[in-house]
Amino acid sequence: MTDDKDVLRDVWFGRIPTCFTLYQDEITEREAEPYYLLLPRISYLTLVTDKVKKHFQKVMRQEDVTEIWFEYEGTPLKWHFPIGLLFDLHASNTALPWNITVHFKNFPEKDLLHCPSKDVIEAHFMACVKEADALKHKSQVINEMQKKDHKQLWMGLQNDKFDQFWAINRKLMEYPPEDSGFRYIPFRIYQVTTERPFIQKLFRPVAANGQLNTLGDLLKEVCPSAVTPEVDGEKKNQVMVHGIEPLLETPVQWLSEHMSYPDNFLHISIIPQPTD
Amino acid sequence: MSEVEEQLPVSPQDGGRGECVEESSDRGAAVGAAEPPPPSAGSPVTEESAAEDTKKKIDMLLKAVGDTPIMKTKKWAVERTRTIQGLIDFIKKFLKLVASEQLFIYVNQSFAPSPDQEVGTLYECFGSDGKLVLHYCKSQAWG
Repeated sequence: MTDDKDVLRDVWFGRIPTCFTLYQDEITEREAEPYYLLLPRISYLTLVTDKVKKHFQKVMRQEDVTEIWFEYEGTPLKWHFPIGLLFDLHASNTALPWNITVHFKNFPEKDLLHCPSKDVIEAHFMACVKEADALKHKSQVINEMQKKDHKQLWMGLQNDKFDQFWAINRKLMEYPPEDSGFRYIPFRIYQVTTERPFIQKLFRPVAANGQLNTLGDLLKEVCPSAVTPEVDGEKKNQVMVHGIEPLLETPVQWLSEHMSYPDNFLHISIIPQPTD
Repeated sequence: MSEVEEQLPVSPQDGGRGECVEESSDRGAAVGAAEPPPPSAGSPVTEESAAEDTKKKIDMLLKAVGDTPIMKTKKWAVERTRTIQGLIDFIKKFLKLVASEQLFIYVNQSFAPSPDQEVGTLYECFGSDGKLVLHYCKSQAWG
């Protein structure tokens, strides 16, 4: 199982070429050129867009520069969702680069959380890691860590240091040798077609009969509509994690260990199958 | 916990849907809610609630941490789709905190769920004995 280290690197270094354009109604003193950036899938929008903000600030009046927020085709993008999840959920099967619109005016209070500083991102990230470990190990692993270990997880993510992050994170991926996996799998399933934020339930990696539960088992249990075939047998949804469609036969324990985001959750997007 | 059953002097935050957070009496009577009261006697939230999953309210225990003011009523019935932010707004109003004061909510005395998380999801993952225990605090209590 642990020989699949390459997957961890591939997940960590996943990038999305993105073009940032200033919203047409923002007031500028000169024309605002678009700004191009390779966004790390595993990071957060407000953590990696300092350069974007600086770029557009240059052509704006100081007093018009307020809290920055991002939108894609009319949907405000939640900074507290990992970037890769936002792309999979809203922009899968579209041409690259990903065209994101930059806003300063009219912050959509209903849709987005405020992000006044990097500390807020850190607090959100650590809360997710803790929640995940509550599911995986009854919080035992995260509680046994020292403050500096927590910091190292965050700094590893913030500074894009794979080895620094995984030196600590591997402890969160361990489980007792007598078990076949974690207590419960930390996962969240997102659908654009519903109003609900996401589905999260208790789900064990191993079934009562001792068999490993698969991605298909998980979906059948918590989100059956995602895997129900159409009458003609064609699948109507794509199940995406990190921009790919993992086989439904993949054990969820393997997915959890290898394809979780740094917050230790598996973020799974259910999107309609493209019809072309 | 509290057996008091009078309706709370809080105004609903989203008009029309009735009270979003209300006292949970141990007899399971819904106060001022549009839906019919559950017929159960004795135990407010049991297996039968699993059937009507989304409609039913969950039982919640709210506990103060540190020098944060306590609420006389600790046990509440809350709609599953209520978000943590909605709950924070409610508690702040209830405790008459000013808008600028912060309020943090913790699960398992360990992590702060994100404000857009629904209490129903937290209940399913972290509830025990038919209720979800949340701690609230005016300052950051757990990292």
